[in-house]
Amino acid sequence: MRHLLDTVNLSREDAIRILDVAETMGDVAGREVKKLPALRGRTVVNLFFEDSTRTRISFEAAAKRLSADVINFSAKGSSVSKGESLKDTAQTLQAMGADAVVIRHPASGAAQRLARTDWIDAAVVNAGDGTHAHPTQALLDALTLRRELAARDGVSPTGRGLDGARVVIVGDVVHSRVARSDVWLMHRLGARVTLVAPPTLLPVGVESWPCDVELDLDRALAAGPDAVMMLRVQAERMQSSFFPSVAEYSRRWGLDAPRLAVLPPQSIVMHPGPMNRGLEISAAAADSPRSRVLAQVANGVSVRMAVLYLVLSGANTPEGA
Amino acid sequence: MSASTLIRNARILGGDPQDLLITKGRIQEIGPGGTLSAPERATVVEAQGLVLLPGLVDPHTHLREPGREDAETVETGTRAAAKGGYTAVHAMANSLPVADTAGVVEQVWRLGRESGWVDVRPVGAVTVGLAGERLAELGAMAESRAGVRVFSDDGICVSDPVLMRRALEYVKAFDGVIAQHAQEPRLTEGAQMNEGVVSAELGLAGWPAVAEESIIARDVLLAQHVGSRLHVCHVSTAGSVEILRWAKARGVDVTAEVTPHHLLLTDELARDYDPVFKVNPPLRTAADVQALREAVADGTIDVIGTDHAPHPTEAKECEWAAAAMGMTGLETALPVVQHALVDTGLIQWEDVARIMSATPALIGRLPDQGRPIRAGEPAHLTLVDPAAKTVVNPESHATKGRNSPFRGLELPGRVMHVFYHGHPTVVDGELATPYEEASA
Amino acid sequence: MSQNTGASTPEEERGREVLTAAEIDRALTRIAHEIVENTKGAQDLVLLGIPTRGVHLAARLADKLAQITSRPVDHLLGSLDVTMYRDDLRHQAARTPAPTVVPAAGIDARTVVLVDDVLYSGRTIRAALDALNDLGRPSVVRLAVLVDRGHRELPIRADHVGKNLPTAKGESVHVELTEMDGVDRVVIR
Repeated sequence: MRHLLDTVNLSREDAIRILDVAETMGDVAGREVKKLPALRGRTVVNLFFEDSTRTRISFEAAAKRLSADVINFSAKGSSVSKGESLKDTAQTLQAMGADAVVIRHPASGAAQRLARTDWIDAAVVNAGDGTHAHPTQALLDALTLRRELAARDGVSPTGRGLDGARVVIVGDVVHSRVARSDVWLMHRLGARVTLVAPPTLLPVGVESWPCDVELDLDRALAAGPDAVMMLRVQAERMQSSFFPSVAEYSRRWGLDAPRLAVLPPQSIVMHPGPMNRGLEISAAAADSPRSRVLAQVANGVSVRMAVLYLVLSGANTPEGA
Repeated sequence: MSASTLIRNARILGGDPQDLLITKGRIQEIGPGGTLSAPERATVVEAQGLVLLPGLVDPHTHLREPGREDAETVETGTRAAAKGGYTAVHAMANSLPVADTAGVVEQVWRLGRESGWVDVRPVGAVTVGLAGERLAELGAMAESRAGVRVFSDDGICVSDPVLMRRALEYVKAFDGVIAQHAQEPRLTEGAQMNEGVVSAELGLAGWPAVAEESIIARDVLLAQHVGSRLHVCHVSTAGSVEILRWAKARGVDVTAEVTPHHLLLTDELARDYDPVFKVNPPLRTAADVQALREAVADGTIDVIGTDHAPHPTEAKECEWAAAAMGMTGLETALPVVQHALVDTGLIQWEDVARIMSATPALIGRLPDQGRPIRAGEPAHLTLVDPAAKTVVNPESHATKGRNSPFRGLELPGRVMHVFYHGHPTVVDGELATPYEEASA
Repeated sequence: MSQNTGASTPEEERGREVLTAAEIDRALTRIAHEIVENTKGAQDLVLLGIPTRGVHLAARLADKLAQITSRPVDHLLGSLDVTMYRDDLRHQAARTPAPTVVPAAGIDARTVVLVDDVLYSGRTIRAALDALNDLGRPSVVRLAVLVDRGHRELPIRADHVGKNLPTAKGESVHVELTEMDGVDRVVIR
């Protein structure tokens, strides 16, 4: 694996491999010495054009547990408008000897641009680009769900997909890179994904995605999904008439206590964070035993360790994903 | 420079080989192939196998001067035009300062005359500063030495319906035309590419077809209501074609234009986020491309406009959202039209002459351009070798812009010779010398 | 396997068998006895197999230790993955690490016996010692291998060897075990 840019072009085989490696990486967190020497002497740059402390520290922890040198490059404000282009930044990092660049950028496709141009030779890991993709988030969601399903069946998660699982993703799909990455990854791993959103927050063209679309949350929940993923909804969307009011959104598409109660006992609740309590998710749901929000955070480090290990070890083969 | 040129065995509009004698900037005589003899000191052009067209007229070019000379100048843009087979271009008004006064349009017109590669016909802005608030001095531009007849806020839509109505009415006073950039602004806020399957997957803000179609629908109704003529720039959707077909059937005095790139490329090209494919209006779907080709064939779309939009490298060497919109096109237009329309059997060479020369000249009210090829007419002529194939290499182009979306594509048809006022501006596929009035 | 076409002989195709199933079993029995002797009846012992075949060999040794000492020893058995400690990560195609399983009692102050199938350059064992270092501090570390084929590149030796096997560098030694390969044997190809 040369880069990790999105999940549309990630094969089932590669995805399962990442999850399997992440499983073994997860063990390190429980050890006294939480460090592996695999990436000793390699330099990982966290190139963040957007504020995201959570994602950045997750990647930072992952790189450090693998003994890589980490450089945090907070490039917010040094975008084209301020004179420095993505190309110049990339070439600067190249000159500094970066082996991998973890990029978070407000423009969709920024990671692809880094990977596909000759600006930089480093491996590129997409840590979220605009409203396009957030592949490591999708992978940690899959890891969380896979572990859940394996525990329920009393088997090892290793080597398995998400075959037969039913996942409901609720919220602002049109602006969500998480939803896009989840849909393709989970579909490829064999899960059946249903998107639930107000029609204003579904993209034109969603009918071509490998998932079902449902406008009514109660109907989607009545089908007894294995996991419900609530997407963050920004209250500002109200100003652009995506929905009339926070109260109406939350009434129709929020995961409140009564909706939580209709879920089958084994269903879990996930959220990519940060949560808007009282908007898309009630405190009751966020704090319920079904919530896997903290497990997602822990799994995030494991998945990012796996991804960094896989893009940085080995003779770099022609691009696989 | 010789006074006369004899073109031997050229296929006029793709017909049988004919000889053609040019003297003093005009076609003096036409006869069957091999029948005319060269006068003394005449240059002889052997045109066996070449198709002779009237010099091409582009209704839609961005020459960037004044203001963005880093992107293009009148000199470099008109060199590119000549190389592409053109003898006249309409220079769009979105320069810096905007071409919204007699002073600016005269400046552009004068620069064109000095360059001598093609006729440069400035397009005047409809509104002051392209701001869409009040009319520019359209009459002053019409009466200036530039003799502006086409007015456009191209790049920005005249979206205010009252302002559009007034503009349509007002230009009747001097036989002008409003060339509308049809783009409903609210429906396209932040838009990055065609709204559809690909934009949904790529997470790029969508640019709905309806944003174009709703403005065209409104404008054809307005034009009919006030009895004005309307020109629609760069039509890009199948829906727009339907509306235009309906309007023409109702007798609305509307003409429409399509770019070469919208006849060949689709939004699938955005998948790698290479901004060379970012353009306004955006590349649409394969179904739209097909509808546009058919619309040219059946006459619903009247002309090919390049929307030649050169940009400096840094404007495209960046992430998609930050990149400038636009593509170069002057030097690839004829090959793309041959590839998409002629070689597919949709149109003939005489149609090419109509859509790339005669009708654009008529819309722009250029009496001297786009004329039939016959004795006595001005010698604005282009000889193209339809059998030649070229792999597009933007580095070899005369334009300053390297942002050709056709890079690496093999296209048919090569412009071999161009005559502007009878003077050879292109010889054997290469730029020769500009025309100088004194020498005519 | 009886029909062969082309130039290669049956032996070249299948490899030369250097240890039979019975010989493997005898070697493991002997190693088990040596371990019991060295650890005063398998006291404070931890057996760590190195994936993948070392894990199966360690399990077999554990069975034999249980027989010899008449005590269950499953709780002393674990596995130690060395992938992340290898010195060739940059040059080889990325390998998927296998789980590391440490017995609940840990490895501190214990005698750890590392178990692998073939000892060759010594680099795997170097990596294993580093990996062990991150898990705790054993009092003694020993190494048991089924085959020692020579050609060491580091100053490392085995304490328990099933068979010393002189080989050429160009040859490759394959340990096949019923758990994975359906048959017990060691071949040189």
